[in-house]
Amino acid sequence: MSGGTYYVPEQSKLPIWASFGLFLTVFGAANWMNGNSYGPWLFFAGGLTFAAVLWNWFSIVISENMAGMNSPQLKRSYVMGMQWFIFSEVMFFAAFFGALFYIRTLAVPWLAGEGDGGASSELLWPGFNAEWPLMTTPDMAVNGEDALVKGPEQNMSWPGFAGLLGWLPFWNTVILLTSSVTVHFAHTAIKSDKRKQFNIMLGVTVLLGFIFLILQAEEYIHAYTELGLTLESGIYGTTFFMLTGFHGAHVTMGTMMLLVMWLRSITKGHFKSDDNFGFEAASWYWHFVDVVWVGLFFAVYVFG
Amino acid sequence: MAHGPAKGITRWLYTTNHKDIGSMYLWFSFAMFFLGGIFALVIRAELFQPGLQIVEPNFFNQMTTMHGLVMVFGAVMPAFVGLANWMIPMQIGAPDMALPRMNNWSFWILPFAFAMLSSTLFMEGGAPNFGWTFYAPLSTTYAPPSVTFFIFAVHIMGASSIMGAINIIATIMNMRAPGMTYMKMPLFVWTWLITAFLLIAVMPVLAGVVTMMLMDIHFGTSFFDAAGGGDPVLFQHVFWFFGHPEVYIMILPAFGIVSAIIPTFARKPLFGYSSMVYATAAIAFLSFVVWAHHMFTVGLPIAGELFFMWATMLIAVPTGVKIFNWVATMFKGAMTFETPMLFSIAFVILFTIGGFSGLMLAIAPADFQYHDTYFVVAHFHYVLVPGAIFSITAGVYYWLPKWCGNMYNETMGKMHFWLAFIGLNVTFFPMHFSGLAGMPRRIPDYNMMFADWNMISSVGAFLFGAAQVMFLYNIIATIVSGKKATDEVWENPEGLEWTVPSPAPYHTFETPPEYK
Repeated sequence: MSGGTYYVPEQSKLPIWASFGLFLTVFGAANWMNGNSYGPWLFFAGGLTFAAVLWNWFSIVISENMAGMNSPQLKRSYVMGMQWFIFSEVMFFAAFFGALFYIRTLAVPWLAGEGDGGASSELLWPGFNAEWPLMTTPDMAVNGEDALVKGPEQNMSWPGFAGLLGWLPFWNTVILLTSSVTVHFAHTAIKSDKRKQFNIMLGVTVLLGFIFLILQAEEYIHAYTELGLTLESGIYGTTFFMLTGFHGAHVTMGTMMLLVMWLRSITKGHFKSDDNFGFEAASWYWHFVDVVWVGLFFAVYVFG
Repeated sequence: MAHGPAKGITRWLYTTNHKDIGSMYLWFSFAMFFLGGIFALVIRAELFQPGLQIVEPNFFNQMTTMHGLVMVFGAVMPAFVGLANWMIPMQIGAPDMALPRMNNWSFWILPFAFAMLSSTLFMEGGAPNFGWTFYAPLSTTYAPPSVTFFIFAVHIMGASSIMGAINIIATIMNMRAPGMTYMKMPLFVWTWLITAFLLIAVMPVLAGVVTMMLMDIHFGTSFFDAAGGGDPVLFQHVFWFFGHPEVYIMILPAFGIVSAIIPTFARKPLFGYSSMVYATAAIAFLSFVVWAHHMFTVGLPIAGELFFMWATMLIAVPTGVKIFNWVATMFKGAMTFETPMLFSIAFVILFTIGGFSGLMLAIAPADFQYHDTYFVVAHFHYVLVPGAIFSITAGVYYWLPKWCGNMYNETMGKMHFWLAFIGLNVTFFPMHFSGLAGMPRRIPDYNMMFADWNMISSVGAFLFGAAQVMFLYNIIATIVSGKKATDEVWENPEGLEWTVPSPAPYHTFETPPEYK
């Protein structure tokens, strides 16, 4: 606990505007989903407000730091804030991974008649068999062609070692793992003030992030147009798209964060060997989305 | 840094001061407490007699739902965050919270979130009517359109909670005065540190489960739909993985408040400080592995029933340690019974009753009889009203003189206590009997055989409500025209907050004090 005065900022208009922007965004989204015509307008107005506030907020925090107002103790608060924020993200993904494991190992077998309550399967879903990926939904087992909830025609599972090199998720894994290494090299570069190497390594990381997102979009288009695999394809489609989709959203955010850090470095020369937490926080976030991907690669794809 | 507060409304809109933000949290939660209380009184008025008298069944369901949501997320949680804002920096000798602007953001999300949630009452199809636990498919397939607004309200109040919790953790870990090691921190700080950890761990899971609902409702996914291979019980698992730690989020800070008050008025140091810390941590750990005791009747495998039954009963051990320590603190103490102490003693006794009925509910085979009856309602109101609400009330009386510099009216405080104490027991104790006799919860009409107990409960509820109006009056009167309080306020109380003047200056501990 170092001495000295801790910087407590003056009054700020940021929080109330951030609250208003956030509110308008979700209020607009809810209206949009409920079919009100002004919903999208409110949603985009809110999103713009929120984005503008965040832009201002970050630039104020950066200029405070450059003005030397941040004591080592205050910097520790920012470090802790980022660490616990990432922990909250871990728990968010835990909910969806937990749902996947519960569905695969318990719920689907129970629907097919396993377990203490198995007898009800014969009455509710006769003819339904447990399998994963779930291609034939209970609805299809009972109602055949008239089923409302149909499974996918094909799935994204492990093609065997023979098909590995032609398998897109494998290349996505290679790309993300490589990007984790490059962002680490960027980190070691800035720690010894090697600006050029930092810019190159960080630029490569951002590029790999974009390539990952493009390939992921490619995979989704392929799934929707050729595999008959959509968000509505029963529980397999649900878990597949929700897990990979939320991961993709986080990669998008991580790429944006790293892109901003890269632009800050090349246009303004931000970050020094002993003062680079903005970048470091973004790189932690990047490692985190990378770890989530490894979990996804095994749980959703390889053993999916 | 400016020395005094800004003038006018911008003081509150733009503030970064932990005391201002704490006050806003407390007033907001008080307002929500009355709003949720009005919903409760609508319920009790309808249940005064069997038959449908006052409201339609659908509106009755909206009342039970909104009462629960407003009390949990609008009254109890923000009140504890308000107390944390006011007290943690003063108790650890910090100049403010670690991240002051984010602190104000955490607060200002809440009025927006609750305005949106309350507005559902006026929407087509009415407000959410599926209970505060919003089980699928009631909250998905059969929900009113306003469920979408409910989902997004939960999303942003969750964001508020997570940011608030991050701020509290960073404050406690990073801003303690020199010399204040972890095992010298006041218990209120300790319990809040653990609570904040629980919040960061489970609020994202709540966000996850409402997102699954949103996707099922609007985007055709099958999370909770067996026809597509999903499972409605999945909802309950994910919800209660959040929900059980959540109920400890609403009680652990209460433990901290009571652990501050009882030593002051027993004039003895707290008995077993370190065991209090370890017990709190143990309770928090166990809260993650007991969630399915809310689901004994949904058809869990027998191994699951047994595991969750034993794990739940295990919680009685650290909780018993705490009760023992509070009683041992009072043992042979030079006791006086000012209002905060009365509320704290009532807390210890009545929370224990709520704990015992919890143990009864934990017995899986017996729970098949109690499940979804008024016995459950009696149980959780005994842990939440004399638990959370009484401890918040005790904390307000205890620290109010420090906040505003004036002493509250002790006679009126005691009257408030006795009315609230009698009111709550008259309301909730009979629910044990109606519940054991089989009265189901969340039902607007009931069998004649439950009429007497229900009438008594309704009378008690209005008495309890009236007592809270007296509380509001006493607080306002104290702030406006109370007698000047001394800096120490009480006789030799422990803690850094009593070393600063009353009222506490706008900025305290700008240079950290030396703590011995």
